[in-house]
Amino acid sequence: MAHLDGVVKPKTKRSKRFLDHRAPKLLENSKNAMIMKGGNTSETVTQALKDIYSLKKPNVVLYKKKNIMRPFEDSTSLEFFSKKTDCSLFLFGSHNKKRPNNLVFGRMFDFHVLDMFEMGIEKFTALKNIKNEKCAEGTKPMLIFAGELFDVDNEYSRLRNVLTDFFRGPVVPAVRLAGLEHILHFTAADGKIFMRSYRVLLKKSGCRTPRIELEEIGPSFDFVLRRTHLASDDLYKTAHKQPKGLKPKKKKNISHDTFGTKFGRLHMQKQNLDKLQTRKMKGLRKRRGAVVVENGETTSPKKIKTQE
Amino acid sequence: MAACSVEDVLAKAERDEAERLKSISVVKELELEFDVGNLLALDKNPVELRGRSQDREELLRALARDNVQLLVNEIWKLPAERTDDVLVVKLPEASTKLPREKPLPKVRPPTKWEQFAKLKGIQKKKKTNLVWDEVHKEWRRRWGYKRAKDDTKEWLIEVPETADPSEDQFAKRNKAKKERVAKNEFNRLRNIARASKTPVAGLGLAPRAQQSKSELAQAVSVARTSTASVGKFQDRLPKEKAPRHTGKKRKFQPLLGDFGNEKQKQLEMLKVMETKKPRLDVTKAVNKQLREDEEEEGRTRRKKGSGKKGDRGKRGAAGGKGKGAKGSKGGKGARSTKGKGRGPHMKQGKR
Repeated sequence: MAHLDGVVKPKTKRSKRFLDHRAPKLLENSKNAMIMKGGNTSETVTQALKDIYSLKKPNVVLYKKKNIMRPFEDSTSLEFFSKKTDCSLFLFGSHNKKRPNNLVFGRMFDFHVLDMFEMGIEKFTALKNIKNEKCAEGTKPMLIFAGELFDVDNEYSRLRNVLTDFFRGPVVPAVRLAGLEHILHFTAADGKIFMRSYRVLLKKSGCRTPRIELEEIGPSFDFVLRRTHLASDDLYKTAHKQPKGLKPKKKKNISHDTFGTKFGRLHMQKQNLDKLQTRKMKGLRKRRGAVVVENGETTSPKKIKTQE
Repeated sequence: MAACSVEDVLAKAERDEAERLKSISVVKELELEFDVGNLLALDKNPVELRGRSQDREELLRALARDNVQLLVNEIWKLPAERTDDVLVVKLPEASTKLPREKPLPKVRPPTKWEQFAKLKGIQKKKKTNLVWDEVHKEWRRRWGYKRAKDDTKEWLIEVPETADPSEDQFAKRNKAKKERVAKNEFNRLRNIARASKTPVAGLGLAPRAQQSKSELAQAVSVARTSTASVGKFQDRLPKEKAPRHTGKKRKFQPLLGDFGNEKQKQLEMLKVMETKKPRLDVTKAVNKQLREDEEEEGRTRRKKGSGKKGDRGKRGAAGGKGKGAKGSKGGKGARSTKGKGRGPHMKQGKR
């Protein structure tokens, strides 16, 4: 419907809001990921997909049914799904004899495949197998990449970029110091990539900065890098074009006072307070006889006061 | 004794300090690269993992602990604020360049009216949302559902004297409204077509309900010439007349022929090239100058308007200068019509 952009106008405010949410913007939304299964999947793969789904909640869509497709040969199916759900990151899991326990991490630009990395799972420990207290959903994780390969090798550095994009979560201007709980640690060594997920415990140290202790939670993977599909240089460059420093408009009717309290403004029409719909308390209902007496009583003390 | 104890105290203080810092300090060969905006760190030190899986896990955990300690040290260096009993740290901008998910939004090209308004310096007047409706004695919106002066909701329409008494005034109003809506829609689509820069079919080629004879003839001629050999070998229909005004529009002189004429022409050309005076097309020059003047005025009007809160408003018609039609005789390029303020499209015409 791209060429019918302006020709077919949305009929309701709701549909207009929906389309504006999905339209290209100066300041983009946080990327959504879609997780899908291939024609044949093993238990390792399904469990792995479920674990990554829980890591990435709520910006993720998990498809329950199997989709017979091959990302490296034909990406039209993937592009269709990404357009439908407005997801620019994807994770595709499959299992066959030639490539057992296969995961494909990928990202899109303008709903066309930009980069894809196929990794095989050698060893996998699920979330439920590690009996520890886990982090809350939606905590922004800290990411650490160890190993000179991540810096030196071209494919590995692109992989680092893709993994950052995938796992980083929403971009926030500030972060609560006590809320830095989750850490994802990627190590490239021995031709494999080890992914571990830890929970951070902040212990007292002598000075302001706490001492760190780690506790393993979360899924742990031993990956082996198989096929890759890197974007061409010019496509990569186009994808990185940033707007020329135009800042998005500020939200109206929001103000802050000197104490830091946030105030909002609501514009209402005039309400008839006599006819407000409130809870009806039977006991407080005015009874006919008592009204006159009450009025007299309430007014008299006032009179006395003024006279004095 | 006192001196010894002072030294002791100092030494002890130093040791304590070292102890404290020892718990959070990590020694690495190469410094890590930090991207605090993304809570990211990159460790470039080479990693060696021993064989057994148990040892490997321990090694990985120790490595992770060290790296996290360094990252946390970096994060704690940032200035902290206290909001609602919570320590919050403001993150700097992310330094890893990640690609966007969608391309940059395209800037919409200005519509015909926007171009004209820019040229004349007309500014948008900010209007109030609500208007006082005398009939209903309340504030109503300016347009839309339950608007202030709604023509369509009138139950009584006075028949004007000049009108036919049996004519249905209500139907007439409805029809007028439908025509206005259709015209608006047409103009909107035309703006989009112009903006999309795709060539839209000319008049008569996109079939309508009633097509005039000339439009049909034009469509036929266009269809005839839309072949590989530009209609040269196209057979005519039984009653189709031979097309007039065909063939080349320009006529060139034969190569060899009138020597005298050729000599004359070439001498003339040399004379023109020799003279130092530039050949000036007065019409074009005057038009160009007028246009520039208008633009300048428009700009100053916009600046003044924005400074004085747009009090002036429209001035287009009042100062309206018509532009001399293209190709009028030289010297007559000056303002021909006043008061109507012919827009730019009138001057340029169809290309």
